[in-house]
Amino acid sequence: MAAITMGQLTKVYPGGVRALNEIDLTVEDGEFFALLGPSGCGKTTLLRTIAGLEESSGGSIRIGENDVTSTPPGRRDVAMVFQDYALFPHMTVTDNIAYPLKIKKVAGRERTVKAAETAAELGLSDYLERRPGQLSGGQQQRVALARAMACHPKVFLFDEPLSNLDARMRLEARTFLKRLQRELGVTTVFVTHDQAEALALADRIAVMEGGKIRQLGTPSEVFRRPANTFVASFIGSTPMNLLDGVVRAQGVEVGDQLLPVPVGLGDHLVEGEKVVYGIRPEYLGHAPAAVPGSLGGEVRVVENLGSAQLVTLEGSAGFVQLVVNEDTPVAIGDHGYAVPRQDRVLLYRDGDLITGGADPSGLSADAPSLAKGPA
Amino acid sequence: MPETSPTDTSTGTLGNGSKGRPSAGAPAARESGGDAAGLGRRRAAGFVAPSLLLITAFLLFPALWTIYLGLTDYRLTGFAAADPQMVGLDNFTNAIGDDRFSNSLVLTLQFVLGSAVLGQAVIGFTIAWLMRNRTGALRRTVEALVLLAWILPSSVITFLWIALLDRDGGTFNALINTPGTAWLLEYPMASIIVFNIWKGAAFSMMLYAAAIGNVPPSHLETARLAGASTWQQLRDVVFPRIKGHILTNLLLISLWTFNDFTPFLLTAGGPEDRTEIMPVFIYKIALQSGELGFGAAISVLMLLINLVIALVYVRLLRQRKDKTA
Repeated sequence: MAAITMGQLTKVYPGGVRALNEIDLTVEDGEFFALLGPSGCGKTTLLRTIAGLEESSGGSIRIGENDVTSTPPGRRDVAMVFQDYALFPHMTVTDNIAYPLKIKKVAGRERTVKAAETAAELGLSDYLERRPGQLSGGQQQRVALARAMACHPKVFLFDEPLSNLDARMRLEARTFLKRLQRELGVTTVFVTHDQAEALALADRIAVMEGGKIRQLGTPSEVFRRPANTFVASFIGSTPMNLLDGVVRAQGVEVGDQLLPVPVGLGDHLVEGEKVVYGIRPEYLGHAPAAVPGSLGGEVRVVENLGSAQLVTLEGSAGFVQLVVNEDTPVAIGDHGYAVPRQDRVLLYRDGDLITGGADPSGLSADAPSLAKGPA
Repeated sequence: MPETSPTDTSTGTLGNGSKGRPSAGAPAARESGGDAAGLGRRRAAGFVAPSLLLITAFLLFPALWTIYLGLTDYRLTGFAAADPQMVGLDNFTNAIGDDRFSNSLVLTLQFVLGSAVLGQAVIGFTIAWLMRNRTGALRRTVEALVLLAWILPSSVITFLWIALLDRDGGTFNALINTPGTAWLLEYPMASIIVFNIWKGAAFSMMLYAAAIGNVPPSHLETARLAGASTWQQLRDVVFPRIKGHILTNLLLISLWTFNDFTPFLLTAGGPEDRTEIMPVFIYKIALQSGELGFGAAISVLMLLINLVIALVYVRLLRQRKDKTA
């Protein structure tokens, strides 16, 4: 068990692409840590650099007490599960699981016993003699996990662990992975481009873009208070509404509406400056008639989400999306009004979140929902 | 019901009595004898006929003719050329009893094992493995040079090699500072083996480069993360994955090398028959001594040996498929 500490970690590919730009990051001992970002953001490079499959161009990596910056992958005591599981097709499940032990010159019988034990922990006992081709996707993934577990590494690295599974299996495997990681307590870093996966699995998330970490925090921090508009638009199954606004004496002017300023931000705003008004569709209430401090518009699109509906309004502020209850009657062409939940409103200046000083997390804020900030 | 005879189809229709049957498909298939394109047997045969004729004229007939010649005492000149006599299996029994034949067979096996199986395959694989992660100028240069040796006409490169290995003015002697060594006379077999490796490694290199490209990088990386050495990576990940490619490669280069006549241009089978591999031996018997019948018999024997080699590889390939299935 060990923490992973990266200092000023940089990776420049031949040709000048800067995949990692002076990353400073500590993954705590036993933590389940997600690297999240769009393709090309450097998350996979970071994972592979921790594994030693890529050589860093600068900076350092420590795993526990050891500086492993220039240690070859085989001596770092890490195990990786690849997106395609990388099971050897010509070996049985037992041989696959025992492979790292074989390389470490563990005797044949001991290997088989250990492989069988690990397989039993993951419910694979019935498949020991099969080959990977005869297993389902979920079973293959568990064999890959068993192979990673078999030699008790200090760190697990998962590359897109769920993306090769079909939608239903993915949920099952997600719960399974989280439970397994809890039980083993091994420091685990995984890469994903799926924000829902990151939110569901991780203890902490690093959201990356262009080789840099744009935000680091727990899933609820990242979800509720994205530090910048990039994270705001990336996190959440329905993207956050980011509306252009201007600060006025009475509040924030968005379109032709004057909306109240979030609690505690009044002192940090300058009248007349441009801000971005951010509110998640889930935090917008629906009103059929005009309410003070609401965004009106015509219903353009209604998307059924099962237990809810995603409604797109077009009004003076542009397009606004809100999630309404499945029973709410909305029809295309209707006029509707979106009422922001005040304690969930975020303001961005030049792309960065404007924080109100003392309580930057604002998570405990049980603030009165429609309180008008002093402007 | 899959393929059925016309009567079956009609009774089936009656039995069903269903009107909504796709009537267009069934009769068409009946007329055409069941082929997908609806050509019919006769027209389909028409399309195949030209190539069948060509194969018969240039492959089947010469092969049968060679077998026939092998049974006669046909000669290039003299009485036997005008009026060849059937001699039965004499040519074959003579060949098998002939020291020159067995000597030639041993030399050929040395040549095939040394230059094809060990030389071209191993060196081709090594180059492909070393170049697997490289891109750009180095890889292109190496590939171009190796390919050049392969695509240049044999007569041209043998001339180059004669110049290279020449006793007095040879480049090789100048390079390694061994003036006066007559490589082609002192080490004739080694010379033609090295020559054939140099000439033919490109094919193996390209085939293995493609095969190695098919090994998923994640498999090699899994092995590396487990701490596997290069040899262990090859043994556990690469070779099991490219077994089929290896067998196909060995089959092709073995047969090509077995039938290769180019060394004749370098050593003419000499000195003292020391490089008289099978094709050279046949050439000498049939065209230099003029014993066409005997030469044809040896050709047939050589064909049989080729068949045996091919069958061994095909058997191995099939075993592999059964295992993976």
